[in-house]
Amino acid sequence: MTAAFVAPAALWLAVFLVLPFIAMLVFAFGRRAPEGGYLPAFTFEQFLNLPARATAFGNTLLLAPVGALLCLLVAYPVAYYLALRADPRHRLVLISLIVVPFWTSLLVRTYAWMYILGSRGLPSLLEAVGLPDIRMLNTPGAVLVGILYGYLPLMIMPIYVSLEKLDRRLLEASADLGARPVATFFGVTLPLSMPGVMTGTALVTILLLGEYLIPQLLGGGKVFFIGNALVDLFLQSRNWPFGSAIAVTLVLVVVVVLTVAMRIAWRFAGTRRVDLV
Amino acid sequence: MSKFITKPITASEFTSEFMRLKRGSVTRRHFLGITGLGLAAAVMGRSGAFSLEAHAQDLGTQMSLATWPNYHDPATFEAFTVKTGVAVEVNVFGSNEEMLAKLQAGGTGWDLFVPTNYTISTYAKLGLIDPLDLSKLPNYDPKTETPRFTNEGIIDGKTYAVPKNWGTTGIAINTGKLKTPVTSWKEFFELAQTEAGGRVMVHDYQLTTIGNALVSLGYKFNSIDPAELTKAEELLIKVKPHLFAINSDYQPGMRATDAWMTMCWTNDGAQLNRDMPEIAFVLGKDGGEIWSDFYAIPTSAANKPAGYALLDYLMTPENAVREHIANGAPTTDSRVLALLPAEVTGNKIVYPDEAALTPLEFGAAVTLTDPARAEVMARFKSA
Repeated sequence: MTAAFVAPAALWLAVFLVLPFIAMLVFAFGRRAPEGGYLPAFTFEQFLNLPARATAFGNTLLLAPVGALLCLLVAYPVAYYLALRADPRHRLVLISLIVVPFWTSLLVRTYAWMYILGSRGLPSLLEAVGLPDIRMLNTPGAVLVGILYGYLPLMIMPIYVSLEKLDRRLLEASADLGARPVATFFGVTLPLSMPGVMTGTALVTILLLGEYLIPQLLGGGKVFFIGNALVDLFLQSRNWPFGSAIAVTLVLVVVVVLTVAMRIAWRFAGTRRVDLV
Repeated sequence: MSKFITKPITASEFTSEFMRLKRGSVTRRHFLGITGLGLAAAVMGRSGAFSLEAHAQDLGTQMSLATWPNYHDPATFEAFTVKTGVAVEVNVFGSNEEMLAKLQAGGTGWDLFVPTNYTISTYAKLGLIDPLDLSKLPNYDPKTETPRFTNEGIIDGKTYAVPKNWGTTGIAINTGKLKTPVTSWKEFFELAQTEAGGRVMVHDYQLTTIGNALVSLGYKFNSIDPAELTKAEELLIKVKPHLFAINSDYQPGMRATDAWMTMCWTNDGAQLNRDMPEIAFVLGKDGGEIWSDFYAIPTSAANKPAGYALLDYLMTPENAVREHIANGAPTTDSRVLALLPAEVTGNKIVYPDEAALTPLEFGAAVTLTDPARAEVMARFKSA
């Protein structure tokens, strides 16, 4: 009976996760054919070449947590307002407003930002009110705006869910015992919402590790992330073995980062009931 | 075959007669007579290449074409479908490498595709395309083609691909914003670091970005010499902080005047200049790229007869001329050139003087697949 329930998911994972990962591993130990593609071999050559993409790894490992932190800082107040302050009658509408942008492809929405930040967009409006002409598009700031915009809903929703479950009586108890609102927030609300915070952070961080569209479109392709390196290796120079080695390494990095983060979260929360994903 | 026609039928008359036949308003005999197809079928005899029945048998009803965005007049395919009964499915791609990867992976179902000159030898080497059977292309005439372009499709004396159109990679510059004229890639990279700082785009494509940097330093566009590549890399990394973007999709940036100067392919240059006359298109007097796109038939094509039929249709000057007016790129065929209106052939962006083309080079297959150039590009982008 259990098997019948689990089988479809297991099959799905085997076909779309395990098999591709095995293929990637096999490719990673191969060689690039002279015209591109893959030649069977068993060599560590590709892994020895990894330092050639060290900058891309560095940029990615910096961007992912910074982007996630930025999303967290903006998302938390929104989620807090939605869960604890917003009129319940309006809550559904407000949540819909957060979810609705997902109905349009991220590509299209990022292109829209290209026009908003381009010199005929916001900068020309600012110029009209007498501010100097500032270049916004193709700057690191534009990339951060794009990431914040694209990933914010993924951070808001888990935090909202954990705040929504929060037992209000705990807040009253804290106030009755003399804690001021700030102390209540840091002593009660924040720790109890940690599962949501950690889930959102992990979700956004992991997705950001593979991001390539936003740096390409809003950063002008001048900042190089692992995602961009992979696109180039698979679609331009067609060096599949090296691309696979990078992808395998990225997966390992994600596993290590998650394990460490999870241990920190367990210690911080004092319980193993905090799940990251 | 009772009726002989006295004057040629026009395309629209043909279409309306064909629709009448399909609706059943007229008999097949009337249709064959009035369109001359009956005569043609009688003359062609056993080959049967021009009879509707034969088309229905040999060509099937469906074929697939892989090509570039905005590269055809959709009416061409509609007319082909009316003529042959074969519907054309069009697949659009962004890079030669993507096309190559797809064909290598197999199962594309393409019966005709549009590779660029420097990929043809790679396709042939990998056995992904076969030499064309020119007897199936009566409307292709090598004698009216420019040998400079047809040569790129010929390997060991065998024609693997026939040219569609050609073009160049030059410099598009907004002369309203930039007062210093640019005439070479040397000046392009100099201006990028001075007056045009923060306003210049280079392609996200190693072939052209590294190639033009090499040219600006006095080296060959296709160089894979390590010392020369190192010099080009130094130049690119020095220029990078001054660039607006590394992106091959430069039309939006140029149109919004976010970017004032970019590496630019002929058709984009012509389109930008048409809509914004202040944007000029210049070829580097120190060199750069000349290219041509080709038609080839994959070895794996599911419907080769239809692939040949469409290719022959596209090689017919009357059809090709409409295609060229629609996509704006220059033709390689003197028969088509003679049919094009003077305002098209007089456009110096599309048809530059021969002297301006002399320093230009065709991209080479080895340039595209060279791993060292891929690494230079990666270091440039991650610098």
